[in-house]
Amino acid sequence: MKRIATALSLALLLAFSAQTAWAQTLQTVKQRGQLICGANGTLAGFGLPDPQGNWTGFDVDFCRAIAAAIFNDPSKVKFVPLTAANRFTALQSGEVDVLSRNTTWTMSRDTTLGLDFAAVTFFDGQGFMVHKSLKVSSALELNGASVCVQQGTTTELNLADYFRSHQMALKTVTFATADEAIKAYDSGRCDSYTTDSSGLYGERLRLTSPNDNIVLPEIISKEPLSPAVRQGDDSWEDLVRWTHEAMLDAEEFGVTKSNVDEQLKSANPEIRRLLGVEGQFGQSLGLTNDWAYRIIKSIGNYGESFDRNVGENSPLKIARGLNALWTKGGLQYGLPVR
Amino acid sequence: MRGAIKPARHGAQAWRVGLQVLLAAVIGGLIYGAFINAADNLARTHISSGFGFWNNSAGFDISQTLIPYSPGISTFGRAFWVGLLNTLFVAALGIVLATLLGFTIGIARLSRNWLVARLAGFYVELIRNIPLLLQLLFWYNAVLKSLPELRDSIVLPMGGFLNNRGLFLPRPVFAPGFSAVIAALLVGIGAAIVLQVWARRRRKRSGAPTPVGRWIAALLVGLPLAALALAGFPVAFELPQMSRFNVVGGLEILPEFAALVVALSVYTAAFIAEVVRAGILAVAAGQTEAAQALGLRSGTTLRLIVVPQAVRVMVPPLTSQYLNLTKNSSLAVAIGYPDLVQVFAGSVLNITGQAVEVIAITMAVYLTISLFTSLVMNLYGRMTAIVER
Repeated sequence: MKRIATALSLALLLAFSAQTAWAQTLQTVKQRGQLICGANGTLAGFGLPDPQGNWTGFDVDFCRAIAAAIFNDPSKVKFVPLTAANRFTALQSGEVDVLSRNTTWTMSRDTTLGLDFAAVTFFDGQGFMVHKSLKVSSALELNGASVCVQQGTTTELNLADYFRSHQMALKTVTFATADEAIKAYDSGRCDSYTTDSSGLYGERLRLTSPNDNIVLPEIISKEPLSPAVRQGDDSWEDLVRWTHEAMLDAEEFGVTKSNVDEQLKSANPEIRRLLGVEGQFGQSLGLTNDWAYRIIKSIGNYGESFDRNVGENSPLKIARGLNALWTKGGLQYGLPVR
Repeated sequence: MRGAIKPARHGAQAWRVGLQVLLAAVIGGLIYGAFINAADNLARTHISSGFGFWNNSAGFDISQTLIPYSPGISTFGRAFWVGLLNTLFVAALGIVLATLLGFTIGIARLSRNWLVARLAGFYVELIRNIPLLLQLLFWYNAVLKSLPELRDSIVLPMGGFLNNRGLFLPRPVFAPGFSAVIAALLVGIGAAIVLQVWARRRRKRSGAPTPVGRWIAALLVGLPLAALALAGFPVAFELPQMSRFNVVGGLEILPEFAALVVALSVYTAAFIAEVVRAGILAVAAGQTEAAQALGLRSGTTLRLIVVPQAVRVMVPPLTSQYLNLTKNSSLAVAIGYPDLVQVFAGSVLNITGQAVEVIAITMAVYLTISLFTSLVMNLYGRMTAIVER
């Protein structure tokens, strides 16, 4: 019902507000003293409040990085848990300033939803999880299987495409939230559960017996996950994009949370520009020149956030793979601060 | 005296009409303004608008489709109809079951048998005080999901299966000769109506009771059966088969569907039971006493004297219950039954991103269903109203 409420509030806003143009997000955030971030509330590794109510995860840390750049305080973020179904409406209606919720950047979303994607923070792809007892070793053996899936996702569409293109029969059971879908899979309602493969590792840990389930090797789609902002506020989009680039550059130059203070004295001009020792790069974003220093000091570089939340130092143990730096055979390529 | 107050009333009347016209104009203007403003704002925020998406192909799959639908080929418009039909199907079935159960329990609550009355009272108090969503989750998660898994399916007689993925029954497949059976059934229904009308006329004319029930039963059941035998049983049954992953073939009843129908019927029946009880109690006790004084038996009294008068009182609140049931069917989203809200205001809204259009259509559909239900019930209410003679 939350979804209907969000959609209704958007309709009312559009119908009765005088000027819905989004130009001043940074100013609004500064005045409010807090960033409002749309996040996933149920996905381990990406966005999940711990039992004490502290939000953790890769997407969550990205919002904290933005808050650190603006306020020099990563805790000045209010997280709004969103489902796949209501996330875009929440961003469109201004309920959140930025959407950082494992969202795939697609052409139709970019061009018709009134929003812009800032930068691919995670290269993902869709996979399948099945009960081990089925003795299935490939997604191509799933002819006639029933699959639990979450609604309002690219996953839902890729699933139908994949089975159709391989001429396999499919029984889909669609749920409004990932929670309901995974519960149904766990109880045996479906043979398989499908979502982005990063999500599969997180969801597997929540099953009653994780070891009785396996993730199949096939990756059936490209899922470039990116934070999104409303279209029409270019300087806010710049800020969100460069938050990601700064974290990537820091990793490439070896600037970490623990050595960032020493790196201020570095002779490397690229590091000096990144950390604001030289140049006016922060001011051109509407921030102070030590904006990137603040991000790295409180959150760390891209690799640190990755390892801590989804990589080797986390229960998920996702390999860097496509998300390794371009210098190490991956796709993550930090743009130059110059 | 009439002449004296007429001018004043006339003025007031004109003023009142003027005020209403003004009010209508203001409301109309507001709606128009909101519409124009929304279109303007959508364009400014680069959100696409309009109904062009209707004929674009919908790439997602739907678990229960009453009309042919295939992902990637069918359109969003088709998905809308699939969802709408699923909603209407659940609502219609729910209304019938809730009415049957509700009438039974409502009458049982008035029973002179202490145990029966108390049990009915317990049912009403228990069911209507627990939120529907909880009951729905109970039926789905606690009852239907605890059925055995696919590989341990309960095998039903005649080749059916029951497991946590649904109920699978043999599906009748009709051969061409079956039309003879349908024709026989139609003839039987026609003959039964004629017989009933004749019997009623005869009773009115002569006062003699003319029991034709047995003949009607024979016409309704015997004729089609005879046709079936003559045509050489033109029905085959497609049995559900256990395959590697699922039960395939046969008639499939999804657990999501079953849970929704059961929850809606059980919940609404508790309210209908109270409506029925109130309706019956609203008939003055003198009516029953008079009927008994005339020597009518209690069953006949209930059927001919009490119920016709009670129905008159029951129709308006019953209408509300039917409307509630239909609207409550949108709780389907909680368990993944593909109703209108789940398919259209869910998947379609998300894939197209056109919240304003999709929500407007959804609201208009529920409004139409509700107004239509009200209309039918009002007509029925008018039929059962006391006709002054």
